[in-house]
Amino acid sequence: MKKGSGKNLLISLITVGIIVAAWFIVTSTGSVSELFIPKPSSVWKAFINAVNDGYKGSTLFKHLGTSLQRLMIAYLICVVTAVPLGLLSGYNSRIRAVLEPIIEFYRPLPPLAYYTILTLWMGIDESSKLALLYLAGFAPIYISCVAGVVRIKEDYINGAKTLGANKRQIFFYVIFPAALTDVFTGLRTALGVEYTTLVAAEMVAATAGIGWMVLDASKYLRSDVVFMGVIIMGITGILLDQLIRLIERKVIHWKGRS
Amino acid sequence: MSDDWKEKLYEPEGELIKVDSVGYEERTELIEIDSVDLDYAGKTGSIKALENIHFNIFPGEFVCVLGPSGCGKSTLLKIIAGFIKPTSGAVRLDGKEIEGTDWHRGVVFQNPPLYEWYSVRSNISFGPKMRGLPKSEYEPLVDEYIAKVGLTEFADKKIYELSGGMKQRVSIARALINDPEILLMDEPFGALDALTRESVQDLTRKIWWDTGKTIFFITHDVEEALLLASRVIVLSRHPGKVIDDIRVNFSRQIIEDGADDIKFTPEFYKYRERLLKLINGQRTEQDK
Ligand SMILES: Nc1ncnc2c1ncn2[C@@H]1O[C@H](COP(=O)(O)OP(=O)(O)O)[C@@H](O)[C@H]1O
Ligand SMILES: [Mg+2]
Repeated sequence: MKKGSGKNLLISLITVGIIVAAWFIVTSTGSVSELFIPKPSSVWKAFINAVNDGYKGSTLFKHLGTSLQRLMIAYLICVVTAVPLGLLSGYNSRIRAVLEPIIEFYRPLPPLAYYTILTLWMGIDESSKLALLYLAGFAPIYISCVAGVVRIKEDYINGAKTLGANKRQIFFYVIFPAALTDVFTGLRTALGVEYTTLVAAEMVAATAGIGWMVLDASKYLRSDVVFMGVIIMGITGILLDQLIRLIERKVIHWKGRS
Repeated sequence: MSDDWKEKLYEPEGELIKVDSVGYEERTELIEIDSVDLDYAGKTGSIKALENIHFNIFPGEFVCVLGPSGCGKSTLLKIIAGFIKPTSGAVRLDGKEIEGTDWHRGVVFQNPPLYEWYSVRSNISFGPKMRGLPKSEYEPLVDEYIAKVGLTEFADKKIYELSGGMKQRVSIARALINDPEILLMDEPFGALDALTRESVQDLTRKIWWDTGKTIFFITHDVEEALLLASRVIVLSRHPGKVIDDIRVNFSRQIIEDGADDIKFTPEFYKYRERLLKLINGQRTEQDK
């Protein structure tokens, strides 16, 4: 742990505390309409309501679960395809030459732009949503895997050759572990990008999902539900990121220590 | 292996033995560096890094290559290792032209590219494991080599727990366990502090003497070359050419007579002056 990180955590907590306190104070005066900033108590009520009775047919956990399920399916497919393809592309410039133009082209596009094409091709159901999330997550993983391999010092690979390793062994025993730090950077970025794309994905023809819940509530000016949903999404996002960091620390035990 | 090679290295005894004046012809070389040129492609045309390098390395020799920085020492080592091909000429091992990299030539790099994700033990067993030797065969070897480089207590440590000197020891053991025909070392101790350097030099010298392994060792440190080598080759700067090739026996004296203070003998001084003058001459020519 870095020096002074305990102090920094305290500072961060104070920031959060001030914002929450400001929220209480501003709303308690009644000078701001609940439409713009609902009272903490209303948001809490909306939360309890959504947990117990649900919002539009599904409980809060059902909404969250639906979203997370979409996220996880797309993410898993991403991981099992983008990691090997990225690593191979870093190792073999021919493979990279095949894939790079495609990725360079769609990566800077706003997801909603190609979502319309995806719905055209795949319909408005689940599959186009998954495809959207998949594409959003693929690029960051692929790109950091390529970078991770390209960055490996030549001596690592030459060293392995002088010890008798063949190309396949070099890939599995040297390239893969050496690139793992970058792989994880990609995995974290991808999860973040997919998560932010989730709301966009649930804008079209969804009947459940945390993103859909927020969008739907905004149509009916239910600010309390919107605020509650956004807070839940924020917290879930932080937890997911922490989960990946935890896995990273377990897997790359040597990170930052050499 | 028989100890003949030791005698042959130093025969006939004498002062400042020029290698080309000695009857090497009767012996079969291990490595033949045959008129090697190497040009690197640079921005403004090609850069000649090595010009007409031509010498043989005989079994059991401890060859130190000396030369100012940038004179092409690493380039020569990379050619022998098979990382790069000479622009013209050829390098042969046991009469066969070297094509590509394999485990018959072990390499110890200046910054040891050890695998941080493995322990000391797994780094050392990497070679035999990749070559598909059965575990029962290499497991005892691993322990033997760990002991040889004095790391028995650190066998299960992770790489990041080791000091620079220990890392070089792992690196040496890792290359040696494959029993390569020659050990190529590229300024392996350049980054170490003086005390650590001395201890790994002693280790290297001892391993060389005990195993009879042929060693090709690059350094820019004249003393290091004299303390280790059985033969010193000096490369000139830009392009690298062989400008001196002498046999020395200080390392043998250190081993056989425990001559720790050999550095302070007039003999050592003489050789040191000779080599320094050669190298410094190169340097001033360049700087003028
Ligand atoms: N990959 C390369 N491309 C172009 N020039 C190089 C390359 N590697 C080395 N050189 C040049 O070749 C010369 C010899 O380099 P090197 O063999 O590393 O020298 P040394 O090991 O003696 O310091 C230097 O001038 C260096 O700049
Ligand atoms: Mg060098």
